Amino acid sequence: MTVTAQPAVGGEAPPGAPGSVPRRRTGRVRRNVLPYLLLLPALLLELLVHLVPMVIGIVMSFKELTQFYIRDWGAAPWAAFDNYSLSVDLDAPVGEALLHSFFVTCAFTVLSVGLCWLIGTTAAVYMQENFRGRGFLRAVFLVPYALPVYAAVITWAFMFQRDNGLVNHVLHDQLGLTDGPSFWLIGDNSFVALLVVSVWKGWPFAFLIVMAGLQNIPRELYEAASIDGAGLFQQLRRITLPSLRPVNQVLVLVLFLWTFNDFNTPYVLFGQAAPEAADLISIHIYQSSFVTWNFGTGSAMSVLLLLFLLVVTGVYLVLTSRGRRTADA
Amino acid sequence: MPRTTTRIPAAPPAGRPAAARSPMAPPRSFVWSRRIFLTLLTGFVLLPVYVMLSSSLKPLQDVSGEFRWLPSGLTVRPYIDIWSTVPLARYFVNSLIVAGAATVLSVVIAIFAAYGVSRYRFRGKRLFTVTVLSTQMFPGILFLLPLFLIYVNIGNATGIALFGSRAGLILTYLTFSLPFSIWMLIGYFESVPRDLDEAATVDGCGPLGALFRVVVPAAVPGIVAVAVYAFMTAWGEVLFASVMTNDTTRTLAVGLKGYATQNDVYWNQVMAASLVVSVPVVAGFLLLQRYLVAGLTAGAVK
Repeated sequence: MTVTAQPAVGGEAPPGAPGSVPRRRTGRVRRNVLPYLLLLPALLLELLVHLVPMVIGIVMSFKELTQFYIRDWGAAPWAAFDNYSLSVDLDAPVGEALLHSFFVTCAFTVLSVGLCWLIGTTAAVYMQENFRGRGFLRAVFLVPYALPVYAAVITWAFMFQRDNGLVNHVLHDQLGLTDGPSFWLIGDNSFVALLVVSVWKGWPFAFLIVMAGLQNIPRELYEAASIDGAGLFQQLRRITLPSLRPVNQVLVLVLFLWTFNDFNTPYVLFGQAAPEAADLISIHIYQSSFVTWNFGTGSAMSVLLLLFLLVVTGVYLVLTSRGRRTADA
Repeated sequence: MPRTTTRIPAAPPAGRPAAARSPMAPPRSFVWSRRIFLTLLTGFVLLPVYVMLSSSLKPLQDVSGEFRWLPSGLTVRPYIDIWSTVPLARYFVNSLIVAGAATVLSVVIAIFAAYGVSRYRFRGKRLFTVTVLSTQMFPGILFLLPLFLIYVNIGNATGIALFGSRAGLILTYLTFSLPFSIWMLIGYFESVPRDLDEAATVDGCGPLGALFRVVVPAAVPGIVAVAVYAFMTAWGEVLFASVMTNDTTRTLAVGLKGYATQNDVYWNQVMAASLVVSVPVVAGFLLLQRYLVAGLTAGAVK
């Protein structure tokens, strides 16, 4: 539709001008080439930084790539599926650790995405109606999103310090809830610490998106509903949440992918070696490759991670889109 | 801020007669639950901000011993010391160059791509959008090492130093924000009526003239939103910055660890430095956030 509706590109070939046949042809060629030219820079860069490295990463996962071959990785011996069988061998320490890290990441992602969505949506719905100070609050709520990850997470790391941190000061010294000052950045508590930081950092994005989505809901729906006697809760259930469905479909997916792949938060919070209870998969793979210098196995793990994310995304999109169609029908 | 408050009410003012307002006035229980929820949330959000600000003004003994809500004495020493403990100024300049260049390039490239997708029909269009968007789901860790190898090999073959240089980091970061930027701008450009650029084309503008004289000016909020996003992405990235930079090109994301990895952590300096590196992005973001919301409303969230 676009192409036929467009007048001659460039406007230099007025219709019916002498010699319009060949000129129209060049016009058509340019018209067909132009979109590709427009996309070319984006495509080249994505190829260079994402797609080609991904293919190389897949090739590397089939090689025995240790530090001896890093200078000339092409010379590394082929390992067939050795890296993969090592990664998924649940009786060996490597596979066991990977599976553990995978479960930790799943639990972390479900909790973090759920809480981020819940807090973000609640805040956005509460702030749908205007009230005094709303604009100010909205700016305040976006601060965690705007703060650079490392600055925010370092501050949390300070708050979670055992001897001089705020968290122990409040929980132990002031409220007396714990027997002694606890460790938050090592041991089992680290999972809680990571979750708190991740939710603190992540919920404003959900808030932002839901808030934008709420503005596309026609006002008249609420007016009609309230004239019909629907209470606030009814309005939330019958109007707000169904209208947010398409927004939520994308939002939850994006939150899921970001949280599952999150590297920055645990890396800044714990340093290179994350405690076992908070051993997110990205950190785990990073350690398997860069700390132990075994890039082949690290690549195999990354490929497995990518496959998992592809499957989950595919299933998610099929399920949610089908639900959407039935709801529309 | 008053601008934001007036902009946001989604209701067309005319479509809301005073009579219809009163039955919609929220009940007291709702107002109270809202007050409690938003107060608690504000506390949660601002707690680290308070810790950052107050600790950055404390003398060292206040941050090494038991935590104190209030400083025993105020000092600006940390703000002076941060510049000499680590070469913070150099990191700052590096971050500014890298994030600034990545933002400008990313926005320009995204504008072209989004215009192509929103205004033309061509073979492979769907493949392009799906491919570009799907790169968002790649775990960074998967292409970190291959990318590192590619940059090293390009450097060896052509003499263009990408590894360890700002250029390499700029190139990497701009592709991080590109998919989201293209996606958001497609939505935004779609909302600019085609008749406008067709009229411009009739008036003798080429397609690029139509893009820059008609479509881009009409889409300024979306473009600002995309630029804010691109800048924040580049300013905050840690993983690639920690692998792909050296002493001279190090950015703030890595440089800030300089205070924290030493045996004795100068927490007051860490907090002062965190605050200093946050101010430009947070201030910029809060100034421009209404564009981001408007951009999301018109573009992505459709």
